[in-house]
Amino acid sequence: MDVDQLNVVFSALADPTRRAILARLAQGDATVADLCVPFAVSQPAISRHLKVLERAGLISRRRRATARLSHLEAEPLREATSWLASYRDYWESSYRRLDGLAAALEADERHDD
Amino acid sequence: MTTEIIAEPGVPQIILLREFDASPAVLFRAHVEPELLAQWLGPESLATTVDELDPRHGGQWRYTQTDSRGVGHSFHGLFHGDPTPERIVQTYEFQDQPGRVYLNTTTFQPRGGGTLLRQNTVFQSVEDRDGYVAAGMERGLRASMAILDALVTKLRTEQGG
Repeated sequence: MDVDQLNVVFSALADPTRRAILARLAQGDATVADLCVPFAVSQPAISRHLKVLERAGLISRRRRATARLSHLEAEPLREATSWLASYRDYWESSYRRLDGLAAALEADERHDD
Repeated sequence: MTTEIIAEPGVPQIILLREFDASPAVLFRAHVEPELLAQWLGPESLATTVDELDPRHGGQWRYTQTDSRGVGHSFHGLFHGDPTPERIVQTYEFQDQPGRVYLNTTTFQPRGGGTLLRQNTVFQSVEDRDGYVAAGMERGLRASMAILDALVTKLRTEQGG
């Protein structure tokens, strides 16, 4: 995923309602009307959020009979997640070693007292 | 204990939080004594050597991380203000990208017999931040954990089902 695409995905994820919509879609496809109920948000507002999510590639939309269903696309989210997770992994693997080193230093200092 | 990363969209900053079962004094030593720093900094796939570390106002630091093929990457910078067990302020510059500098402030706050370590890293632009973080991925570091925990847990459930 390139940096521009990452920015679009992160902007889309910055909004708590949009994250909640994604969490809801992780349980199954939904119509705009389905999504209005749990979020106490108007249909036009939900539609605006869905447009942002679609532009970021986080959802796709398809028609079934008269309803338009939103479907979660997991791949961009997984890529955006791994972007930060790899950075965290760098530090977490360092800090795990620092845990051990700090414990040894603490023991030395207690021994010296 | 896990490392928490906060990177807001559109802001050239990363905040990292991590708790330790050790005092600020001991963690400070591990950051400013070269032979200690070399023992923990960087992933296990890279060997870290601390070439220079002069922890005082205006003092220089430089370290090199070498991968299993013997390819090394060096970082260097200056300390700004005398480092203390409360706070270390330093600039970072990657050897291959002169002029692309970021500012790192590490604080050590006592918390419940241990320490909360906080790193605040400020880049020159959002693009620099994103590029820097993405470079970690290119160096072959593996993503091991998800950050958007609740959401990603649900995604895993979905993929599993």
